[in-house]
Amino acid sequence: MKILVTVKEVAEVEDEFEISGGDIAQQYLEYDLNEWDDYAVEEAVQISEDVDDVEVVTATIGPERAEETIRMALAKGADRAIRVWDDEIESAGKLDVDTKAELLAGVVEEEDPDLVLTGVQAGDESNGATGVTLAEKIGFEWAAVVNQLDLDVEGGVANVHRELEGGVEELTEVESPAVLTIQSGINEPRYASLRGIRQAQSKPLDVQTLADVGLDAGDLESPLNQTDMYEPESEGDATVWSGDAEETAGELADFLRDKGVVEG
Amino acid sequence: MSDVLAVTEHRRGELRDVSLEMITAGRDLADQTGGDLHLAVISGDVDDYASQVNREGVDAIHTVEYGEEFNHDVYTQAIEQLYAEVDPQYLLAPNSVNGMDYAPAVAEGLSLPLVTDAVDLEADGGLTVTREQYGGKVETTIDVEEDHAAVTIRPAEWPVAEGDGDADVSAFDADIDESEIKSTVTGFEEVAGGDVDISEAEFLVSIGRGIDEEENLPLIEALVEATDATLSSSRPIVDNGWLPANRQVGQSGKVVTPDVYIAIGISGAVQHVAGMKGSDTIVAINTDPNAPIWDIADYGIEDDLFEVVPALIEEFGGEAPDI
Ligand SMILES: Cc1cc2nc3c(=O)[nH]c(=O)nc-3n(C[C@H](O)[C@H](O)[C@H](O)COP(=O)(O)OP(=O)(O)OC[C@H]3O[C@@H](n4cnc5c(N)ncnc54)[C@H](O)[C@@H]3O)c2cc1C
Repeated sequence: MKILVTVKEVAEVEDEFEISGGDIAQQYLEYDLNEWDDYAVEEAVQISEDVDDVEVVTATIGPERAEETIRMALAKGADRAIRVWDDEIESAGKLDVDTKAELLAGVVEEEDPDLVLTGVQAGDESNGATGVTLAEKIGFEWAAVVNQLDLDVEGGVANVHRELEGGVEELTEVESPAVLTIQSGINEPRYASLRGIRQAQSKPLDVQTLADVGLDAGDLESPLNQTDMYEPESEGDATVWSGDAEETAGELADFLRDKGVVEG
Repeated sequence: MSDVLAVTEHRRGELRDVSLEMITAGRDLADQTGGDLHLAVISGDVDDYASQVNREGVDAIHTVEYGEEFNHDVYTQAIEQLYAEVDPQYLLAPNSVNGMDYAPAVAEGLSLPLVTDAVDLEADGGLTVTREQYGGKVETTIDVEEDHAAVTIRPAEWPVAEGDGDADVSAFDADIDESEIKSTVTGFEEVAGGDVDISEAEFLVSIGRGIDEEENLPLIEALVEATDATLSSSRPIVDNGWLPANRQVGQSGKVVTPDVYIAIGISGAVQHVAGMKGSDTIVAINTDPNAPIWDIADYGIEDDLFEVVPALIEEFGGEAPDI
């Protein structure tokens, strides 16, 4: 069995930042493995540890810089990686959900996995739609926001819990091949061991171009255009206590006493 | 051609609030496009739901009777067929967990551009959608350069529609292909029960990822003890297994309404805010001046929690543990 896990390198913003050219300026960004993808990788690796003959392949759309993140996924137990990128993708700018799903569909076509795991959303753009769009493109069944997975390999069924709002979970059976979008908390992602990190260096990381995944520049054209980015005007009018920690803690303590929620 | 079709949501016999919020968003959008607002009501007791969403501003309600509960394979087929029948310009769905489970598939099936989690919509000529990125630190505007589009809207962002309506209610005879139903909902499970009910608490001390490590938990526990508060948290604390699920505040956790909610090292992501914005007074302790929590905080301390919390414990005669 083969499990494909989509792995995205996401940008995290420093506390203080500036926006320039329609995005947060590079120097305020740090890159890391998307939180939700980390859980997806762990889930795949756990399945490969429980079931015989499972190969875990990661798929990433991203520039060379993303390889650091991909190596982390390999260090955690994925077997090999695919990174899709070339100059044309680079110059296309921000990719919308449809384009990302199209690129990933090209990888799926090539790899023919039995199961695809993605994160529920990416921490930077938070579209939360790539996994299900991909499923529809490739004709797989799917389930979104999965926080428990019990795979019946023989029966070709994934028994999942979908985490709905307000502490309610939906129990669903999904026929495989399927795309599951993985919610945080489904497992406990491991830290990469030193040995894992060393091994990851020699695992295959294959770079594919737009043409390799069967697409051309026309497929990168998007009807969605990000026209502006700005810091939202704070609706807040919080009273911010100032001073050193003793002073501010004193203010807060007085407030809590006045409010009557704490005695003493 | 310039109509709006919005898909309502229900669960276990109850209409969900986002359905009524979507009427407000949809009406506003339809006013701008000069079209009608149509609603889709799919599965369950459709007549009952239809009468509940028959509010002022709704022009037509289409009911699809099929099964009791949400099933994305049914929803996807029903919406695609209804879309072909109504031929709207814009399709709206909630950015709920179920919305995330069908809207992308419907958009793909209908070859519609999809913009998710909208917080504002404007249709002046083309459609412009406002949404958040980087956990709410920035907003972006997205122009849709096609006539038609699908948009999912953020729950609790628009007011619920009020007032009785007199919409045309009609049954839509969707032709659901059973062989295409490949997922089956087998039940529901309530989680997060247990000894403590944070939704009853009047004073919550709530911690987020800012506490960094489980080893730092005793510091917060000392504060909770010194102030006789109840301890709650954001999701990552529960995901990490540092606190049980019944302590989680938020969209997938609990809704709380205490007199005072102190958010310590919590950024204020929308899914967290969904659970605590009804608190009477919100106090933030956070090092990041750009964290979205400041938008809803009434009071705050912009400082390191590892400085402030020990001082606060001392204020109340407690002793901060060495960590
Ligand atoms: C479908 C779905 C459902 C979700 N449901 C929920 C839910 O129910 N509840 C929930 O909480 N989340 C939920 N989330 C997750 C949510 O999107 C956020 O990831 C989460 O709320 C972030 O938690 P946080 O604020 O603790 O962490 P972060 O966003 O990482 O914020 C940590 C904060 O701590 C501050 N900080 C760091 N160090 C210090 C210090 N020393 N002193 C003071 N401040 C410090 C930082 O400035 C930052 O603002 C859900 C997500 C999805 C996709």
